Amino acid sequence: MSRFRARVRVMPRPSILDPAGRAVSHALGELGFAGVADVRLGRAVELVLDAASADAARDGALRMCERLLANPVTEDFVLETVEPTA
Amino acid sequence: MKIAVVRFPGSNCDADAFAAAEAAGAEASYVWHRSTDLGGADVVVLPGGFCYGDYLRPGAIARFSPVMRAVAAHAAAGRPVLGICNGFQVLCEAQLLPGALARNGGLSFVCRTVTLRVESDATPFTARYRVGQELRMPVAHGDGRYVADEPTLDRLEREDRVVVRYVNGNPNGAMRDIAGITNEGRNVVGLMPHPERAAESLLGSSDGAAMFALAAVAAGV
Repeated sequence: MSRFRARVRVMPRPSILDPAGRAVSHALGELGFAGVADVRLGRAVELVLDAASADAARDGALRMCERLLANPVTEDFVLETVEPTA
Repeated sequence: MKIAVVRFPGSNCDADAFAAAEAAGAEASYVWHRSTDLGGADVVVLPGGFCYGDYLRPGAIARFSPVMRAVAAHAAAGRPVLGICNGFQVLCEAQLLPGALARNGGLSFVCRTVTLRVESDATPFTARYRVGQELRMPVAHGDGRYVADEPTLDRLEREDRVVVRYVNGNPNGAMRDIAGITNEGRNVVGLMPHPERAAESLLGSSDGAAMFALAAVAAGV
């Protein structure tokens, strides 16, 4: 068994209105930041996993995304990295 | 008739649902979320609240509670299940109802009385209403915007599965003004507004009381 750190990014689907992102976009405009065309607000999940291999850790993380971490109706997920912990 | 009200950690409308069930003449009981037994209930109510603090997404963690296996079996047997507000979110997360409840379009928590139109009386919970009837009930939610893909929405409309719709203003940006829906079997109903908070005139409206008076169910409908 080795220990891995997996990073998952969960984002609202493009077709779903993201009012939180819009509020942040508006606030950035109020602060004087020009050129903010869009803001989408999602969620980052960091998992520390004990697994036999990086592939096994990746498989486990993907199943966790499908089962719990993202709602397939409203969100997309990306498994960004799976790396051995130091 | 026995109505079981499920209690999750963070449920906060359980006592109101219990009182509404009793007022409707039912024998009400509470079922703790760790239980795998509904105590022989005819009807299950998943009440409003913020179960598990709404962590991750409202209902996302509650759907894996032990009691949800019993609720799924109850639903699969064609027996009535009502999810109110947070209970509706749990039913969607559990895939006992299609779609999802997203953050309110206007971002703010909405707590006020809304007007609903009954779109279908062909569920155990709306059998005592008539189609087109307008009901006054409070909403109180931050994540009540019903969303689903277009084919799902079209199918809900085609199969007469939109149960209640917001009229005179949509409080959360719900697609097609949907406030409540039912499943294919028409025995599982979820809605964002709170019928249990509109169950006697002292509360400002008694329009929700009939939702707990499921006379037909006892006869095996």
